Amino acid sequence: MKKATFQFVLRRLLQVVPVVLAIAAFNFLLLRLAPGDAADILAGQMGHATVEFTEQLRREFGLDRPLYQQFLIYMGKLLTLDLGMSHLQQTPVIDLIVDRLPATLILMVSAILLAVIVGICIGIAAARRQGRLADNLISVAALLVYATPAFWLGLMLIVLFSIKLDILPSGGMMQIGAGHEGLAHVLDVTWHLILPATTLGLFYVAIYTRLMRASMLEVYGLDFIVTARAKGLSEGVIAWTHAMRNALLPVVTLAGVQIGHLLGGSVLVETVFGWPGLGRLVFDALLQRDLNLLLGILFISSVVVVIANLVVDLVYGLLDPRIVHR
Amino acid sequence: MSAPVLDVRSLSVEFESTLGTVHAVRDLSFSIGEGETLALVGESGSGKSTAAMALLRLIPNPPGRISSGAVLLSGRDLMALSEADLRGVRGREMAMIFQDPMMALNPVYTIERQIGEVLRLHLGLSKSEILAEVVELLRLVGVPAPEERARQYPHNLSGGMRQRVMIAMALACRPRLLIADEPTTALDVTVQAQVLDLIHGLKEKLGMAVLLITHDLGIVAETANRVVVMYAGRKVEEGTVGEIFADPRHPYTRGLLGAAKWEEADGDLLREIPGTVPSPFEMPSGCSFAPRCAEAIPLCRGAMPELKDVAPGRQVRCFLAEGRGHG
Amino acid sequence: MRRLTTFWLRYRRNRGAVAGALALAVILALALLGPILYPTDPFDMVGRPFSLPFDRFPLGTDVAGRDILAGILNGGRVSLLIGVLASLSATIIGVALGAVAGYYGGRIDDLLMRTTEFFLCIPSFVLAVVLVAIFQPSVVTVTVAIAVVSWPSVARLARGEFIAHRDREYVQGCRAIGMPDWEIILLQIMPNALPPIIVVSSLMVATAILTESGLSFLGLGDPNLVSWGYMIGVARTVLRTAWWMAAIPGVMILLTVLAINLVGEGLNDALNPRLRKR
Repeated sequence: MKKATFQFVLRRLLQVVPVVLAIAAFNFLLLRLAPGDAADILAGQMGHATVEFTEQLRREFGLDRPLYQQFLIYMGKLLTLDLGMSHLQQTPVIDLIVDRLPATLILMVSAILLAVIVGICIGIAAARRQGRLADNLISVAALLVYATPAFWLGLMLIVLFSIKLDILPSGGMMQIGAGHEGLAHVLDVTWHLILPATTLGLFYVAIYTRLMRASMLEVYGLDFIVTARAKGLSEGVIAWTHAMRNALLPVVTLAGVQIGHLLGGSVLVETVFGWPGLGRLVFDALLQRDLNLLLGILFISSVVVVIANLVVDLVYGLLDPRIVHR
Repeated sequence: MSAPVLDVRSLSVEFESTLGTVHAVRDLSFSIGEGETLALVGESGSGKSTAAMALLRLIPNPPGRISSGAVLLSGRDLMALSEADLRGVRGREMAMIFQDPMMALNPVYTIERQIGEVLRLHLGLSKSEILAEVVELLRLVGVPAPEERARQYPHNLSGGMRQRVMIAMALACRPRLLIADEPTTALDVTVQAQVLDLIHGLKEKLGMAVLLITHDLGIVAETANRVVVMYAGRKVEEGTVGEIFADPRHPYTRGLLGAAKWEEADGDLLREIPGTVPSPFEMPSGCSFAPRCAEAIPLCRGAMPELKDVAPGRQVRCFLAEGRGHG
Repeated sequence: MRRLTTFWLRYRRNRGAVAGALALAVILALALLGPILYPTDPFDMVGRPFSLPFDRFPLGTDVAGRDILAGILNGGRVSLLIGVLASLSATIIGVALGAVAGYYGGRIDDLLMRTTEFFLCIPSFVLAVVLVAIFQPSVVTVTVAIAVVSWPSVARLARGEFIAHRDREYVQGCRAIGMPDWEIILLQIMPNALPPIIVVSSLMVATAILTESGLSFLGLGDPNLVSWGYMIGVARTVLRTAWWMAAIPGVMILLTVLAINLVGEGLNDALNPRLRKR
């Protein structure tokens, strides 16, 4: 790694710190906004909500201290990744999240890979056939998918592929009780991943298709495409090298912006498919009115987005040599 | 003179638009011999760049279309070639450089990648051969520290260096014809002369033909052997540089020469040709230059004059020039 | 009047947008008039559960014997209402902040940009879920939650437009004659900055409807009102036996969102002809 690049990475990492602090502060604000505090909820759930007992809990949680002290305590705990206890499950929130995070990441990464690869390919194909039947069909399909609620699409795919055709599992991450290991386990998970990843990814396939098509047409209007033709390169080579490399730049920028949105989508898709990730955890927390857990998920998922954006920035730097890491 | 390297016969290019068909180039013929530089001269909108693009069949279709004509490169008609055969000609036998080298180079690829691409495609060189040849080419066009420059991107280079890279890329396969479309317009004045000298020197060294497209008669005087003047898609005059500068027959050519700066002996600071090139949708019925022509007679507004041979290799499209005796 | 005519002429050129406008008009009519012309209460048990569409009831009954058509008509009202209100509020907040930040620049601008960047990092749907969960689901909280997660993109756009306009000659002229800032912002720049904002905020209605349906699918809808997402959530449990029950409201969401997107593109063609790409 070049020195300039290294410094860039370091500086970008440092920029992350204030954002994470701001997210933490925002979380604290939301916690304070909620009607009733943790003590009320817990006392209520334990079934003996006497005033004395609630007060005792409040002292234990430090809720009787001045607001700024509570804030400092809260921030201090967050920095050590202590997100408090899940009220109902009596487990540290961070443990629950760490337990579920890998499943969500697998789903998200598969969906985004699917979306980027398929979207880019279809987008290029459409741009090369601009105005012809194939291009128009692709545009219509993209518009339709773009308007489809992902969770509903998931249900419909279950109806088709699991219930009617019975060729793909309708939910879960692995076959229960099969106890696969090694490669068999990986294949089993992949098998279960197909429908959720497709459901989550299809919306973004539509987005990337439209964006890539527009971006390609933009690039086709630039002079260096004429140069490439004058050099004797074939249209295929021009599309997949000269044009694509340049057309990718705005698409990558968008991918960064989309990651937060993707995480939101995975909440719904995981709920539909019983995929044991963060999204499913959100649903469970909602059912149990577990606000602490919800806020913990919001915090961690925001941090995930911040890190993902960092990665996207670095990828962009690799794609566009004009970016100078000052 | 041996058979010409390039022989263009009756080339016409049309563009379809919502307002009707635009005849960008009409019935254009010229030829260029080995080691010769032909300048295609005219204002913007005269069709000179379109003609150049049409030679390599680079007119985007739709909306453009080469409606008729033949382009013979060493006797072979490019208009009759298949798309695949044509790609073998582009960049190999006939290469092109453009006005703005910043725009004409791909910003995301290194210089080596962009020049090397031509070498791999047309000459099938291996990776190590390519690097050596790229460095050699960069040295040929006078790029200092070629090993280092080869690894850089277009944005790392100055405008003049970029145009040198474009020239190196065009010359990679030692083409028989180089088309240079306003090669110095986007460059600093100080760099312009260097780039022109380079093109001229390489032409001599490699013995190729050059088609120079320009609006700048100063450049023409310095580098060209022969001149074709275009107006509103048509050739209006042709002759050697000496003939054109000493004895311009067409009023438009005289106007261009008058507009050029060094012709200020008669005291006028800068004589512009009054008016502008007519819109392609509102072509006058007679001679297309008549509305701007100070010498126009009623005949000029009634009919388009034919292109007449007035001497060997000397043509003019003007009613007035026909009657006008030499000298 | 002439501006309206040119607007329509440009809009009409996009055939998809015309179809979208027609579809949207039908959907709006159904949502507004439907519950009046077909006054069945969507929460009433009107017949046996699981009755098939086109049998006793036009679209059948759900798991609890409730009339699905009544649910579709009433749910449309809720979805459209929340979608329009949320995007309207987000537009007002976003334009106000973006205009001030773009016009004045400096610290206010920095603060706004940091805030929008911050919001871009927070997964918006998860934030909406948390907000609705904290404040208990109702039409108001759902609308506010969607507006809260939507305004930053409008603010960014408005800021960009105001930056583009603030140093133009006509604005400098207004300053020279001593026009107060608020008047320049509201009466001079705003009309010029509005077209792209209108396009974005009309498209935002579609996103808001999708978000609302997702929230009510998770059980975060107003418990006193039927909505399309809620109906899908209920039908989900009987997917194996009665898939159409989930399919019908989903198709309605799809058609509505599609129609709004088409209209948005038509508006873009008509209002921002410069921005039109090939």
